[in-house]
Amino acid sequence: MQSQVWSLLKIYTVMVYVFMFAPIVVVLILAFNASQFGGFPIEGFSLRWFRALAENEAIIRALRTSLLLGVLTALIATTLGILACMALVRYQFRGKNLITTFLISPVLVPETVLAVGLLIFLRWVHVPRSFALLLLGHSIIALPFVVLVVQARLIGIRRDYEEAARSLGASPLQTFFQITLPLLMPAVFAGALFAFTISFDNITATIFWRPSGMETVPTQIFGMLRHSVSPEINALGFVMICITVGLPLLAGGLARYFMRRKI
Amino acid sequence: MARVELKKLRKSFGMVEAVREADVAFEEGSFNTLLGPSGCGKTTILRMVSGLETPSSGDILIGGRRINDVPIHKRNLGLVFQNYALFPHRTIGENIAFGLKYRNVSKADVARKIRESLDIVRLPGVEDRYPSQLSGGQQQRIALARAIVIEPDVLLLDEPLSALDANLRGEMRVELKAIQDRIGVTSIFVTHDQSEALAMSDKIIVMSAGRIEQIGTPEEVYNRPLSEFVASFLGTSNLLDARVAARTNEAVVLETPEFGQTPVPLSHAASLGEGPQARLMIRADKLTLVPRGGEGTEAVVQNVDYQGQLARYFLRVGETELQAMNMIDGMPFGVGETVALRLNPDACVALPMSGAAS
Repeated sequence: MQSQVWSLLKIYTVMVYVFMFAPIVVVLILAFNASQFGGFPIEGFSLRWFRALAENEAIIRALRTSLLLGVLTALIATTLGILACMALVRYQFRGKNLITTFLISPVLVPETVLAVGLLIFLRWVHVPRSFALLLLGHSIIALPFVVLVVQARLIGIRRDYEEAARSLGASPLQTFFQITLPLLMPAVFAGALFAFTISFDNITATIFWRPSGMETVPTQIFGMLRHSVSPEINALGFVMICITVGLPLLAGGLARYFMRRKI
Repeated sequence: MARVELKKLRKSFGMVEAVREADVAFEEGSFNTLLGPSGCGKTTILRMVSGLETPSSGDILIGGRRINDVPIHKRNLGLVFQNYALFPHRTIGENIAFGLKYRNVSKADVARKIRESLDIVRLPGVEDRYPSQLSGGQQQRIALARAIVIEPDVLLLDEPLSALDANLRGEMRVELKAIQDRIGVTSIFVTHDQSEALAMSDKIIVMSAGRIEQIGTPEEVYNRPLSEFVASFLGTSNLLDARVAARTNEAVVLETPEFGQTPVPLSHAASLGEGPQARLMIRADKLTLVPRGGEGTEAVVQNVDYQGQLARYFLRVGETELQAMNMIDGMPFGVGETVALRLNPDACVALPMSGAAS
């Protein structure tokens, strides 16, 4: 009886994972399908869709926009996040809880609401949509993730280290760059990766905020899907998965490599 | 090296008075201990001297100069923490060199100073290791080396031994004191461990609830406490209600129901006021048990805590419970046995009734 329940549970678990990952696997496989019409059975292995992708200027432009947007979002959100965390964790001041809630709130507010809100606000102050504003919006969405990751790590770093550095003659700024930031680095790195991935994947808010004529990879795919399901999209999906999954894996591996060298 | 002086130093956190009007001088080259239970304000004083806390009022003078407004990184102090606080991402050499970077020391001198300081703490050759590769005791030695390599005016030690295990603690205590003697730096040591305080200090400052209870040499605070708090915090002692029966030129005679009249030397009654009530303090190790029938107060042994060469007896005289620590000569007395108690009046202290301390 008991073993039956267990095997049922096992089957159920496997089914859940299959359901979650099967579509991704399908995209990955179909990206290499030689046929014009995406579908099974596969007619042969080919890289022609990747070649087509490389020759599609609209997609290349969208990819370039997305990468730039992601990197800049990561830079801005991480910098702001570290500064906010330093203030929130290391100093006592009035309204601290309120500010924490405020910083985290973009996670809680539905993205559509946030997107429409910002859009209405921009119209109200008569600022046209632009890349800079899209970047600002992405930074707002990514900031809570950076704050949460960095804050957790900073709380774990005992103040003794900073106090020791100060007593040895380092100014507050020197202490930050020599001691706090290096100790914070794993979280900073993770936060930056989060921010990049969130920006790179974002479609809902991007559709609202992008200036006309500008496409990111997700909006480009969305646009292409409206006409037909081109095998190029599978290839593009493959590239996106590589970037969003591969980058963190690579970073984790590098981090482990450097840790081992040190100890 | 410098003399440190605190003048009417006060610190409050909101409604809490962490330190009330501390007046104390730490002489040049001396080893001073702030001793007290947790929350007594000893660490707050250390943090104010180091610059990690700002005094609410009062002055801190180092070498005659008021340093209240000097930021911590310009005070030239050596600070040693309970948890070592070695920078985990830096090698031992880099840790020790950290303070030298801000002091215009040439590269060759840096290397030499690192070597010298590692020799002082008897850990030569570990420059290239990381803190996590060293044991707790070794890390604390490195923390000490890092603090003294900058030749600080004052060395501040915040419970540096309490994270170590008991054996190592005793060993490090002797070594720490030897190093301090050798380099002669004015030191302020914070601890809640009375044996550390008694063993290492030139001067002990006993604190309780933000107030300095007594300042004196280890011998003074142990043998001649000025308050019940000091008497009970250092060592094991018995405190009995007493009546002042007589005052002579040499002694105050205290009368207790348990021991009758006890003439306490005046030098051991410094804090006793004029009133008729007093407390008689008897150190547990100054209360001697002799077999029944001997001269002295009769007492019943309630419990025995056998400690090898020593035994700690829990005794009852009438309704009063007493403690005595005696060397064991032959067999210890057994539970339930009736014994006679002798006390040496010269080792007793007359204290004012609690709350009446001047």
